[in-house]
Amino acid sequence: MNSLSSADIVQGRSLWQDAMARLWKNRLAMIGLYILSFMVFIALLTPWIAPYSYEAQKLDMGAVPPNTQHWLGTDTFGRDLLTRIMYGGRISLAVGFIATAVALLIGVLWGAIAGYIGGRTDAIMMRIVDILYALPFMIFIILLMVVFGRSILLLFLAIGCVEWLTMARIVRGQVLAVRHQEFVDAAVVLGLSHWQIIRRYIIPNILGPVIVYITLTIPSVMLLEAFLSFLGLGVQPPQSSWGLLISYGVETMEEYPWLLLFPGLVLSITLFSLNFLGDGLRDALDPKASKD
Amino acid sequence: MLKFIGSRILQAIPVLLVVISVTFVLVRLAPGGPFDAEKAVSPYVLEKLNERYNLDAPLHVQFIDYLSGIMQGDFGPSFKFPARSVTEMIAAGLPITFELAFYAMLVALLIGISAGLLAAIRPNTVQDYVPMSVAMIGICMPSFLMGPVLVLVFGIWLEWLPVSGWGYSPGDKILPAITLGSTYAAYIARLTRGSMLEVLSQDYIRTARAKGLPTQTIIFKHALKGGLLPVVSFLGPAIAGLLSGSFVVETIFQIPGLGRFYVQAAFNRDYTMIMGTTIFFSVLIIFFNMLSDIIAAYLNPRLKLGDKQ
Repeated sequence: MNSLSSADIVQGRSLWQDAMARLWKNRLAMIGLYILSFMVFIALLTPWIAPYSYEAQKLDMGAVPPNTQHWLGTDTFGRDLLTRIMYGGRISLAVGFIATAVALLIGVLWGAIAGYIGGRTDAIMMRIVDILYALPFMIFIILLMVVFGRSILLLFLAIGCVEWLTMARIVRGQVLAVRHQEFVDAAVVLGLSHWQIIRRYIIPNILGPVIVYITLTIPSVMLLEAFLSFLGLGVQPPQSSWGLLISYGVETMEEYPWLLLFPGLVLSITLFSLNFLGDGLRDALDPKASKD
Repeated sequence: MLKFIGSRILQAIPVLLVVISVTFVLVRLAPGGPFDAEKAVSPYVLEKLNERYNLDAPLHVQFIDYLSGIMQGDFGPSFKFPARSVTEMIAAGLPITFELAFYAMLVALLIGISAGLLAAIRPNTVQDYVPMSVAMIGICMPSFLMGPVLVLVFGIWLEWLPVSGWGYSPGDKILPAITLGSTYAAYIARLTRGSMLEVLSQDYIRTARAKGLPTQTIIFKHALKGGLLPVVSFLGPAIAGLLSGSFVVETIFQIPGLGRFYVQAAFNRDYTMIMGTTIFFSVLIIFFNMLSDIIAAYLNPRLKLGDKQ
């Protein structure tokens, strides 16, 4: 599989080029990437390309099945479902990306500091992670939403604060492994500063696992948001998200099944794409760990 | 082994204390008093209410009282249903939630392990791709979508199974158990496949093949024990997931279990009920995580040596 042509040998390929080439060949991951890019693209452009206004109601029309004017039908207030799914997608994707970013920030800092300093600091910091790990977080997020009101900002923070733990563990393990490599010793002997070592050796080496973990965190965060919104504890109307649309769909699914099926389909396809992309990235960046 | 179990139990104690104090502090931090939402309450009644719920004592005294109450299995009275105690409501809901989680676990293990085995025996064939694609669907289809879709298809369109309830009509436990178990079936299938593939490539399996043992013997007698290790370690988190999954499934199917009580309490801002159930769920989850760690250590002695990776 990895037979190198003479051109490759002359040019040389970095680890990243190698990984990208592997990802490019993984058909499922690429499909995931395309679908995801499409979803993000649509979400960004929604205010300009949505077929109807978000709030426009036609009460006399009510819920109609998909037709040429309303491609995915309308809900019981006569609102265009496609428009609502597009706007809901903005929130669902935003929660996915922003909460993951919060998790990334905390997790990488925590893990890197613990791993780089090592010793007792490391022991204490990872002990804290262990304790937090044992907490049932789903329940705590619900508690937070109940106690502090159901604001979307809190949702970002609460989910982000939960998801950073695994990130911290991964980063710490990676930093620890890199830190004891001989090339880092060599850099220390050569008199490089801490910051230079971190920038030149540590960061490039932890980037792979972190990217993989990000792509796998986004779908679990989106799932969490949808779960909370479904229970009525997440995103609140008039804002909308896919989880909220699904919960409305459930109420009326007997008469108007499309109100459940379309939002559900869109959510599932997005989660599918993210999972395939994450799996593909893992295979590409770390061929050794491509099992399970 | 005993030492390992002891240390795991000791580790659980600080976690429990953190859970209880964080819950207590969070609920006390909630903006506004618990009775603000009610219509104007006379000062006398308010005083009596505060007395009944022990809110007139200093905070640390309240905390210690609450802690000692928990030790005796007393979570105090419910805010919204003053006639009932939180402990009573937990006792009423728990057996149902456990039964649901048990059936769901059964579904998850049966389907998950068989699918994973099928896939691992002939990797990269149709026998591998089909179960694994179905598993991917199971992972990407959350329970709050899976449940309603199953109800729609089997309950409303085909009219094969009841759409809600628990123990009222025959077969009404099937859909909730499948809904709750499906995600975990999918994870277990993937775990089983991965680890079975690894085990089947080991030398001792080759030896067994060389001895001419039949494939069934090799798989069920020699490979399965090692191959199911990751599944065992996954059981703890899976049970935790099943318990929080019961929030949704019990809401969808209108099952009067602990999960539904919890969601209702969260809606009604029934603070004592939320505190009680939060702490109770936490204890359960911590306990099952501990149990699965211990079983995993028993099956794989290498884990005990602190090789936690």
